[in-house]
Amino acid sequence: MTAVADRITGLAGALRAHGVRIGTGETVDAARAVEALGLADRELLREGLAATLLHGPGQRALFDSVFDLYFPRGVGGPRETPGDREDLRDRLARALAEDDRALMGRLAAEAVDGLGGYGSSPGSDGWSAYQTLDRLRPQTLLARVRADVRGRDGNGAGFTDRLLDDEIRRRIEEFRRLVGAEARRRVAERRGRDEIARRGVRPTADRVDFLFANRDQLAELRRTVAPLARKLATRLAARRRRAARGTVDLRRTLRSSLSTGGVPMRPVLRRRRPVRPELVLLCDVSGSVSGFSDFTMLLVQALHDQFGKVRVFAFVNRLDEVTGLLDHGRADPDGLGARIRAEATLTGWHGSSDYGVALGEFAERYGGAVGPRTTVFVLGDARTNMSDPNLAAVREVARRARRVYWLNPEPHAQWGTGDSAAPAYADLVEMHECRTARQLGALIARLLPV
Amino acid sequence: MFTSVDDVSARLAETGYLASPAVATTVFLAARLGKPLLVEGPAGVGKTELAKAVAQVAAARLVRLQCYEGVDESRALYEWNHAKQLLRISAGRDESWDETRTDIFSEEFLLPRPLLTAIRGDEPTVLLVDETDKADIEMEGLLLEVLSDFQITVPELGTVTATRRPFVVLTSNAGRELSEALRRRCLFLHIGFPEEELERRIVRLKVPGLGQALTESVVRVVGALRAMDLRKAPSVAETVDWAHTLLALGAGTLDETVVRDTLGVILKHQDDIQKAAAKLDLDAL
Repeated sequence: MTAVADRITGLAGALRAHGVRIGTGETVDAARAVEALGLADRELLREGLAATLLHGPGQRALFDSVFDLYFPRGVGGPRETPGDREDLRDRLARALAEDDRALMGRLAAEAVDGLGGYGSSPGSDGWSAYQTLDRLRPQTLLARVRADVRGRDGNGAGFTDRLLDDEIRRRIEEFRRLVGAEARRRVAERRGRDEIARRGVRPTADRVDFLFANRDQLAELRRTVAPLARKLATRLAARRRRAARGTVDLRRTLRSSLSTGGVPMRPVLRRRRPVRPELVLLCDVSGSVSGFSDFTMLLVQALHDQFGKVRVFAFVNRLDEVTGLLDHGRADPDGLGARIRAEATLTGWHGSSDYGVALGEFAERYGGAVGPRTTVFVLGDARTNMSDPNLAAVREVARRARRVYWLNPEPHAQWGTGDSAAPAYADLVEMHECRTARQLGALIARLLPV
Repeated sequence: MFTSVDDVSARLAETGYLASPAVATTVFLAARLGKPLLVEGPAGVGKTELAKAVAQVAAARLVRLQCYEGVDESRALYEWNHAKQLLRISAGRDESWDETRTDIFSEEFLLPRPLLTAIRGDEPTVLLVDETDKADIEMEGLLLEVLSDFQITVPELGTVTATRRPFVVLTSNAGRELSEALRRRCLFLHIGFPEEELERRIVRLKVPGLGQALTESVVRVVGALRAMDLRKAPSVAETVDWAHTLLALGAGTLDETVVRDTLGVILKHQDDIQKAAAKLDLDAL
């Protein structure tokens, strides 16, 4: 049983390295689960370990990838000698048409074995999912699979025929995922499981770097906006409750002590007047940081009931108010960025970002939006393309606002390199590094006015 | 309670609850390890039904604590029956104080609420804490003692420990983030939308009159709607409703008119309906 115990602790360790909080108690439970379920059925084992080790739905995709490494379907390559590319494509088309998951899994193994190896033979130095898919090109099978399915079900007369394309695309996507998992497994056999589990597995969405997130990851991130907003709202409410208990009001305590002969029998607490904090968001939506800005805008919008007033401004080198575009119900999160760029005037003369001009325009045109109760968040990488950073405008905004925070999606080490004016701005306002959704959540919970 | 995972699936199926492998495995483990089960998932996938089905399978009594905003100790744990205590005091006027005092804080005057009821019983019990996310955070603290040690402390009586551990199911819609402390005392189960095959079986079981081909089409359309990123994706409950509707309308096959007319059964927001109609190429609504 020690080998299994090692596997379980290894799995727990890899999950911890990805930020899943697992205590010893959970690991023990996982071992008890394995004991109760036995090792005969891999899928049952997967569900059992997930039930004992995980605490939330967001970690499941990560868990599945790591599980595939620690409890692999098999060892080494497939037993059959892989057929050539055309043969594989034929069989894959059939598997896709019949939606046969088990066969797709076997084909993924064969494909990686036959097409994915690189480096010196015999055997190979590594296995690449990218190379496998590039050679196999499963996406080009769409038309063939469609014809196949239609031929079998009678010539596509029914209403559901229009759903077919999307369904086949989803199956192909599933196959690509299987190939990725298989390639990781083969690499892990060669280079050690622990290392691949820590590096090769895609992190949970909230730990993906904003600047390097691809389209799928950004879409996944957008889906986490609502849960994250709920979490933050709970946290803010708790902070507000604590803050409502004020400190001792000395003047009123002494005043009331007069009725007890100058002995302060009952301390009078300072009562907090509930202020409705106002929020102003200045977002750089130029290509380099748009993923970060879009996400933050959606998050703030989802939190809108926590504030008296939220105003959102977007800029590239000119600035425009986009609060209306974020209205609830109207906001289609996927198209948000495109809509902002289409409907607001953000650029003039050229298309690259210019913080100096945009901030100047804000101070001049929308200066009234900032008052003593306003907290201002500036979102951007502070890369001004060598133009004047216009520190006077920032100083002016900082003077009027209650607080100004700058959230920078670049790692701290890169501030001030190249055309970044980050250090100059950081002298005037508080600047924080904010690279992932997790960091953003923590920062917002800490910085938002109560 | 159960001998194997297959046993769980088979016996749940007898009561009319078709469990996915994930559900069956987790229920089996919860029974075997004696840990509470935290079930999360969108509305209408059968979280509460699961608890009821387990109770039926195990021939256990179902004790249900429905959580809501402001549910407190006296609603969840126990309460002293003040009126009865007063009556007791006035009935025994000539007794000494010592006799009265010990008397009125005895079992007779205790009104057990769901949590205490579930712990005290000798017969097998399934405790369902429904919509845990609706309760306030303070309530979670109350649950912790019950869930980890299966005991409740009543200051006047002492600690009541469960003689027979109840099978505990907590459900949550993720309306609020539950605390880490509560989560780590439970086995976690996320019930999502079922796989196509399972959903077909569910529809066949709940709406047996619907034809094979139509069942298949219904499940495929619902699957496509779920992939559309709507405000409220249709759940299993909606699928079954839709199947009932189609049966009542006597529709033989799905076509544009039928889908357009009945889309309101599965989608509950106007903009969802419009979006779906556009994507499904239905003619103008």
